[in-house]
Amino acid sequence: MERRFFLKSLGLIGCSAAAHPLMTTLTLAKGAPFLGDNRLIVVILRGAMDGIDVVQPRGDRDFAGLRPTLSQSAATDLDGFFALHPALGELMPLWNARELAFAHATSTPYRDKRSHFDGQDLLEAGTGMDVLEQGVRDGWLNRMLQAVPGMTAETAYAVGREAAPLLAGAAPVRNWTPEQRLTLSAQGRLLLDAIYHDDPLFRDSAQEAFDLTEGGVGRPKLGPGDVAGFVEIDRLVDFAATRLVGDTRIAAFSQTGWDTHRAQARELPRSLAKLQRTILRMKEQLGPEVWGSTTLMAMTEFGRTARENGTGGTDHGTGGVMIMAGGAIRGGKVYGDWPSLSEAALYDRRDLMPTRDVRAFAAHAMQGLYGFDTALLENKIFPGLQMGPSPGILR
Amino acid sequence: MTDTTAAFRFGYGLPLPQGAPTTPQAMMAALRGPDLASQAHPGGGGIEVVRPLVLAAREARIANKKNPGLQGGAKAQQRTLRATYAVADVFMRATFARALDAPDGLRERLSAFWSDHFTTATRGRFDRALHGAMVEDAIRPNLTATFGTMLQAVTLHPAMLLYLDQDTSIGPNSTRGKKRSKGLNENLARELMELHTLGVGAGYSQTDVREMAELLTGLTYVGNKGFAFDQSRVEPGADVVLGVSYDGNGIEPILAALQDLSVRPETARHIAGKLAVHFVADVPDSGLVEALTASWRDSGGDLAVVTQTLLTHPGVWDAPPEKARQPFEFIVASFRALGLTGAELIALSHENFTRHVTKRLGEMGQKWHSSPGPDGWPEEPAAWINPLRLASRITFAMEVPGRMVNPLPDPRAFAVTALGERASDGLLLAAARAESLREGVGLVLVSPEFNRR
Repeated sequence: MERRFFLKSLGLIGCSAAAHPLMTTLTLAKGAPFLGDNRLIVVILRGAMDGIDVVQPRGDRDFAGLRPTLSQSAATDLDGFFALHPALGELMPLWNARELAFAHATSTPYRDKRSHFDGQDLLEAGTGMDVLEQGVRDGWLNRMLQAVPGMTAETAYAVGREAAPLLAGAAPVRNWTPEQRLTLSAQGRLLLDAIYHDDPLFRDSAQEAFDLTEGGVGRPKLGPGDVAGFVEIDRLVDFAATRLVGDTRIAAFSQTGWDTHRAQARELPRSLAKLQRTILRMKEQLGPEVWGSTTLMAMTEFGRTARENGTGGTDHGTGGVMIMAGGAIRGGKVYGDWPSLSEAALYDRRDLMPTRDVRAFAAHAMQGLYGFDTALLENKIFPGLQMGPSPGILR
Repeated sequence: MTDTTAAFRFGYGLPLPQGAPTTPQAMMAALRGPDLASQAHPGGGGIEVVRPLVLAAREARIANKKNPGLQGGAKAQQRTLRATYAVADVFMRATFARALDAPDGLRERLSAFWSDHFTTATRGRFDRALHGAMVEDAIRPNLTATFGTMLQAVTLHPAMLLYLDQDTSIGPNSTRGKKRSKGLNENLARELMELHTLGVGAGYSQTDVREMAELLTGLTYVGNKGFAFDQSRVEPGADVVLGVSYDGNGIEPILAALQDLSVRPETARHIAGKLAVHFVADVPDSGLVEALTASWRDSGGDLAVVTQTLLTHPGVWDAPPEKARQPFEFIVASFRALGLTGAELIALSHENFTRHVTKRLGEMGQKWHSSPGPDGWPEEPAAWINPLRLASRITFAMEVPGRMVNPLPDPRAFAVTALGERASDGLLLAAARAESLREGVGLVLVSPEFNRR
C-alpha cells in the first residue's frame, strides 16, 4: 500500500511521485527581469555598532569631552567635520572615488528599551515600534521581493548559517552558507542520485547542494594574499559575489561583534577590519561592471551612548550610522542632519538623537534602484514609514 | 493500519520500542495512562525548581553590578547561571531520550506538537530553563485534558508571560500605570488569539485584542514569587472580548475568558487544521479536519477525544507519507534505527552531545528551543528539505552514525530495521552497492522513505 509511493527499482525511468502537487520543484531560473542589473546587498551588523566612533564628529565641540579615550585614535578626515575610524582607513580610496557614503544620526523607530533582540527584530521586520506587539512575521527585504514580478528563488540569497529574518517571508529566497560541506564518494553520489530520482524535492535540493559545494569544496586553504583572520569572510563574500555576478540581485548576510561595552579601542577595530575586508573583497570579486550597479548597505539595530563608559566602552544607545558602498551610490558624503552632541540635543540626555529613520534611506535606495512607488514602500514594505524627500544617495 | 504507519505517523520511527501500542485503542490507553517516559527520564523540573535558580542568578548579577569589586562576585554569577543551564540541559537530553525510548511515542509527538503550538524561546541567558519548566508543568500533564485546561496552564506560566512580554503590560489607568505613565503591551493578548486559539483569519478585531490585553493586566512574573497576580497593574472596569463581558477581581475573569476562547468554533477549526497538517498532510483531507473540528466542538475541546478522532479517522492510516520529518524527529529516528538508547544519549559528554546532536540540529535548521517566532517551526517539507538543510542532513548521516555505533550495521539489514516494508527495492539495492558501511547506512538515513512520514 505504502510502497506504491516510491519507485521499485533503480534505473527505472518513471515519475510516480513527480506528479504529486505537494512536491514542488526548485527551479534554477533567471533573475527577475524587473530588477534589471542593479544589485542590492544588505549587511546586518548585529550587536549595535558605535556610529560615533566609526564616523567621528570631530567638528562637534562636545565630542572630545564625551569620548576622552576613544577620541584619541588617528582618524582620517572625511569632510572637515567627520573623520573615519582608522580601522576603515583602507576604504579611503572608495571614499575618494565616491563609492562610499554614510548616513549619520539614523535609527530604526525602536526606542528606549535598548534590547539587541528586539532592536534587531524591528530592524529586520522594517516596521514601526508597534511590530513588537503586531506580530509581523516577515522581513522587509522579503516584502520587497513579494512585489517583484517574475521572482525566482535564485533572485535572492540569504548567505550564512544564521537565520536571516530580513529575508524571511512568502517570497522564495535561497539560503546557503559556503562552509557547508557535502562529501560523498563518486559511487555514493551515483547511489544518492538513484534513490532521489523520483522525489523531486530531494532530487533537486541535493542536485543544487552539490552544485553549490563543488565550486569551493571543503575548507579553503590560504592562498597568496589571504589573511588567516579573513578566511571565513572571504568565503562568504566570494560566494555572495559569485551569485550576484550570476542571476542573483539581492543578497543579505550579517556580521557580529559590535557590542563593545568594554575595551572598545581594542574590540571595535577587529570588527571594522572585517567589515572593511567585506567591502573591499566584494568590490574585487564583483568586478568593475557589477560593482558599478551595486548598492551595499550595512545597518545596525541601534547606536551606542554618546558618552564613553567607565570600562573604555559604550553602552546601548539610539542614533547611529549606516554605511553605504558600491558603484551605484553617490558617495563621498556623510548624509543626514547632525543634531550635535550637546547634552540638551541628546536623546534621553545620553544617546545620539536620531534625525532620520534608517528605513527612509533603504526605501529611497530601493525606489531609485528598482522604481517601487512610494505608496508600496510606505504601506507594504516599511509600514508606517514617511519616506520624505529623497536624500539623493544614488548616482 | 500497520505498525510502520504507527511508527512513522504517530511516533519516532522503527524499530518500535518493546510494548509499543499500535492500534488506536491501545495508543489511547497508553496516552491516558501514567507518563512512564518522564519517570524513566526525568526532566530538570518545573517552575518550582527553576524559579529559585533563576532568582539566584539574577541576584548574583545585581550584586555584581552594584559592587563591581565584590570578592568572588563574578564566580558566583557564573555558578548560579550554570545551575540554570544545567537544568535546561537535563530537560533537553530528557526530551531526546524520551522520544528515543518511549513505547508510547504518541505522547512524545503530542508533547512536541503542543510545545510548538505554544512556542516560547528564551531571549536572555537567565531564562533558559523556563521553556522546559513550562513543558513539564503545563503541556505534558494536560495531553488528555481539555484544551481549556492546557491553555490556562500555559498562559499563566512564567515562560509564556516573559516570552510574550506580559510582565511589562500595565493597565494605563491602574494604580501603577497612573503613577508611572506606563501602558499596555498587547503581545500576549494578540498571540493568544491569533496563534493559540482563534487563528489569524478568525473574525476578531483590534478592539478585541485590546480588550483582551486589558483583561490580562495583572498577570505577571516576579522573580522572588514566580507567577503573580498584581492588582496594582489591573486596568479597572469590565472588558468585552468577542461580545462577552468579563468583570470581577483576580484571575477568575481571565480564566473564564481563556475557557471561552478554548471552545470557540474558530479555535476548534484552527487547531483541528494544525493537527491534521502536522500529522498527515500540508493540504489535509477536508473530511479529517471536519471530523476533528466536530469532535472538538462536541467534547468541549477534550484533547483525548480529539486525539482519538485523529487516530481513528480512516484516511489517516492510508494517506501517503508527504510530510518531512523535522530535524529533531530525524535525529531521534536515526538514533533509534541505529539501536542507541536514551540512557546512552544522556551519558554522552557535553562535548559529544554538542558535536553530534545539538550542533547538527541547528545545522539542519531547528536549533534547540529557538524557533524564529511565536508561530513555531514551519510545517512544509521544503522548509526542511532544501539545498542547505538537506546537505546538513546528508553530512549528519554520513558522519555521525559511525561516531555513535561500532561496528555499523550491514546497510541492507539496516534499511529493513529502519524502514520495515517501506524499504524500496531501489533503496535496498543502493544500500547493497554502497562501497562502505558508512555510506550504506548514510544512504538509508537520507533516503526519501526515511525522511518522509
